[in-house]
Amino acid sequence: MLTFTIRRLLLAIPTLLFISLIIFLLVDFAPGSPMSQIPLTVPPEVRLKIIEAMGANEPVYVRYLLWLKQFFVVEPLVLWDHWWGTNFSEGMQRIVSWQSRSPVMDIIVQRMPQTLTVIGTSYLLGVLIALPIGIYSAYRQYSWFDQIGTFIAMIGFSVPTFFTGLVLILVFAVNLHWFPSIYDTSLRVTDWESFLKQVRQMAMPVMVLALYNAAQISRYMRSSMLENLGQDYVRTARAKGMSERVVVLKHVLRNSMIPVVTVIALGIPSIFGGAIITEQVFRVNGLGALLIGAIQGSDLPTVQTLTFIFAVLIVLFNLIADILYGILDPRIRYD
Amino acid sequence: MTDLALEKPRSQWADVWSQFKTHKGALVGLVVFASLIFFVSIGPLIWTKDPTFINPDAATMIKTRNKPPSLEFPLGTDQLGRDMLARMMKGGQVSIAVGLVAMTISILLGTLVGVMAGYFKRLDGPLMRLTDLFLALPLLPLLLVMVLLFRDPLAAAFGPEGGTFLLIVSAIGVTSWMQAARVVRGEVLALKEREFVLAARSIGTPSRRMILRHILPNVVSPIMVAATLGIANAIITESALSFLGLGFPPDFPTWGRLLFDGAEYIQNYPQRVFWPGVAISLTVLSVNYIGDGLRDALDPRIRGR
Repeated sequence: MLTFTIRRLLLAIPTLLFISLIIFLLVDFAPGSPMSQIPLTVPPEVRLKIIEAMGANEPVYVRYLLWLKQFFVVEPLVLWDHWWGTNFSEGMQRIVSWQSRSPVMDIIVQRMPQTLTVIGTSYLLGVLIALPIGIYSAYRQYSWFDQIGTFIAMIGFSVPTFFTGLVLILVFAVNLHWFPSIYDTSLRVTDWESFLKQVRQMAMPVMVLALYNAAQISRYMRSSMLENLGQDYVRTARAKGMSERVVVLKHVLRNSMIPVVTVIALGIPSIFGGAIITEQVFRVNGLGALLIGAIQGSDLPTVQTLTFIFAVLIVLFNLIADILYGILDPRIRYD
Repeated sequence: MTDLALEKPRSQWADVWSQFKTHKGALVGLVVFASLIFFVSIGPLIWTKDPTFINPDAATMIKTRNKPPSLEFPLGTDQLGRDMLARMMKGGQVSIAVGLVAMTISILLGTLVGVMAGYFKRLDGPLMRLTDLFLALPLLPLLLVMVLLFRDPLAAAFGPEGGTFLLIVSAIGVTSWMQAARVVRGEVLALKEREFVLAARSIGTPSRRMILRHILPNVVSPIMVAATLGIANAIITESALSFLGLGFPPDFPTWGRLLFDGAEYIQNYPQRVFWPGVAISLTVLSVNYIGDGLRDALDPRIRGR
């Protein structure tokens, strides 16, 4: 197991390097680069100064290597300094946003909590809703509960999140006035009153994402349960007189959780992508909104860094899912 | 001759259809999808209002703005007095066209990569690494970047509509072939071990004919299922891009764009969000159900039971 983990970690390095190269080149070689967006009225020598100040006059490979160094050496050192009060990173150049002229990582750290609270809560809620639904619809296959569950799941992943979001805004914000339609990032939770306010403003984005996640996970849970319910060990367990509760919730559930847990792990990075849209609908000032803003402002360093962080998340959670599979399922041995 | 010999031989596709018919959801999905296609293709011939017509007379234009549904405008009008029904039809044409073309690109790519990787052992490793790599890319951010960066040059080359269509279709196609490739590769690997392939090889069939005559016809079913699901995926991605304001230009309606434009007016004119949203959802839902039924119908283990 350990050798497998180490091998996979080593393999992840070239993958990530290659992905970073693709992202860097795609953003860089595109014909409509931001350098061409400087107005023509700007005199040529000033234009050169602007480009030089952005560091965009160097050849591509120099900028790519510099970016790699900044991402993998400078930024971790800054983090280290921040935690332990050392100053290894003094005088080193960090990845700087062209829009705000402040380090990209600082902006990301500022935006992270909003995204994490909304996405984290919705994913957790989605899983908590999905598991019982999946278990019960498999146990009573083709019952009316199962039929309705299947239909709702189908709707859950067919109706795009931006439409569910807008419908929720229409119902709960415009007509019923229960929840605010815009997420207030500056809200600080200090007492019960502000906590309720936070819950209210989180309710709608969390509902949208939770429905979407629950739809997918409940399907996986159902099919995995169905597969296990037909196995011989279930009949044995029933034959030796175990109660139905123990058979389903202990014997079958444990075995059917194995693939579901990996699916849950695999889904985490993709919800960051999906949250880009939800954040836009509810004006949550998170990572998705940062990415959209940076793309519209042609802020290349921010776009490159943020996209690469999303890629790192995908690779990381793929690895976690594989390892979890190996730990949970004794039939799987990687060595 | 006995009566048995006279019984008409049943073709494979008749079997598939008779199994497909038993899946109620798929049947309803097929009807809904067909009527949507009918609505967007035949509809404009019956309802001949110009979807981009803005009344040149400013006073009349202001009077016909944001109208509720009436006989003249069955779905009302938008903030510039354009007829929503005509816009829904035009938008549907673009959305469904994007779905179909993007799906075709992604299926062609996926089948090519899958067959190559499955059939030629030497290509298997590199091509599958490439697939894994594409699966590890954050797709939505990359799509956004691609659209933003290539939109203007392509619009200059092929006109604003054609350029954006080309860009969105190829961007979605290039980023969604991986699932099809994996499925096809798996099927090809299994087929290669079968006796008829061995027989074909022993009489000296060249690789090209081997793939076209023996391998491809046998991987049609998983490809068809992947294709239906690909349409749904492409339509959702296109409307998401349009919804983020990075899709088609404003005067060129698609369902996602109509939704995006309507979102600003949601408080006063909720029907402007409602109709495009329902259209997208219905299309995707019906296509997903068709895919579900197709998967059951094309699986010989389920079929005929």
